[in-house]
Amino acid sequence: MDSLSLIAMVSIITAGLTMAIGSIGPAFGEARAVAQALSAIAQQPDEAGTITRTLFVGLAMIESTAIYCFVMAMILIFANPFWDYAITAAGS
Amino acid sequence: MNITPDSIILWEWEFLHINATIAFTWGVMALLVGGSWLITRRLTSVAEIPRWQNLLEVIVTGMRSQIREVSHQEPGLYLPFVGTLFLFIVSANLLAIVPGFIAPTGSLSTTTALAISVFVAVPLFGIAHEGLGSYLKHYIQPTPLMLPFNIIGELSRTIALAVRLYGNIMSGSIIIGILLSLTPFFFPVVMQLLGLITGTIQAYIFAILSMVYIASATAAQQTNQTKPDKTRHT
Repeated sequence: MDSLSLIAMVSIITAGLTMAIGSIGPAFGEARAVAQALSAIAQQPDEAGTITRTLFVGLAMIESTAIYCFVMAMILIFANPFWDYAITAAGS
Repeated sequence: MNITPDSIILWEWEFLHINATIAFTWGVMALLVGGSWLITRRLTSVAEIPRWQNLLEVIVTGMRSQIREVSHQEPGLYLPFVGTLFLFIVSANLLAIVPGFIAPTGSLSTTTALAISVFVAVPLFGIAHEGLGSYLKHYIQPTPLMLPFNIIGELSRTIALAVRLYGNIMSGSIIIGILLSLTPFFFPVVMQLLGLITGTIQAYIFAILSMVYIASATAAQQTNQTKPDKTRHT
């Protein structure tokens, strides 16, 4: 197998794995956070505004790990530096 | 497929390149500044205020109350910075439904610039609030061993701010682009609606997080001297 198709294959498989593994952790974390926030709101409906705002900020922090994985996957597929290098090396 | 609007060159002259990011950033800036100028030209305090003045007052009052709730401080000092961040990001994200408009926040350069301005503003507010020495003392608390971790934390949260906003907005446009080729009519519209929600929430989160960072840099004095603070604000 030549290096070009090897790079393409590894990049695509890694992008898929990145998204798959990288979304498991944030999914568990967000589920836990939302469940806790729901029970907190059920116990103290007066504090719903504060809890919701803190929940959103916390969810954004948790979600950013998934976003990092997504950006990595996008870089691997659409802006892969090794792929660009192999293309220019093969062209010249 | 483009994952950044930086690569769309609209106009170039020798070394000067005007790409889509810069052009649409200027567009959003012109819209915000021009709109505010037009509305605030005729401000009244009579019982029946004009419709647009009412809109601006609602926005400013809402931002002030949010800042006050998050930081437990008077919002006057922070409103210009945090409010500008919020208004710029939210208008850039919401204008994405206008055909032909490419959200400048979908480019890593814009979001990095915004995050760097937060990175610079946090120590500035901290030093202005409690002086250089006691601000720098934050870095060696609780022990001087924590110094490298505090510095790494400053840097990594700046990167996190930039990449979070970029990733969310870019993922919205990428998903719409992919869906357009699979299920052309209905689903892209739904995803666009979802993108509006995401854009608003991300703008809110960016502003709130920068406010939290600034508040954490200025909070030490507040907890130490609660009584003088209270008397000063009356």
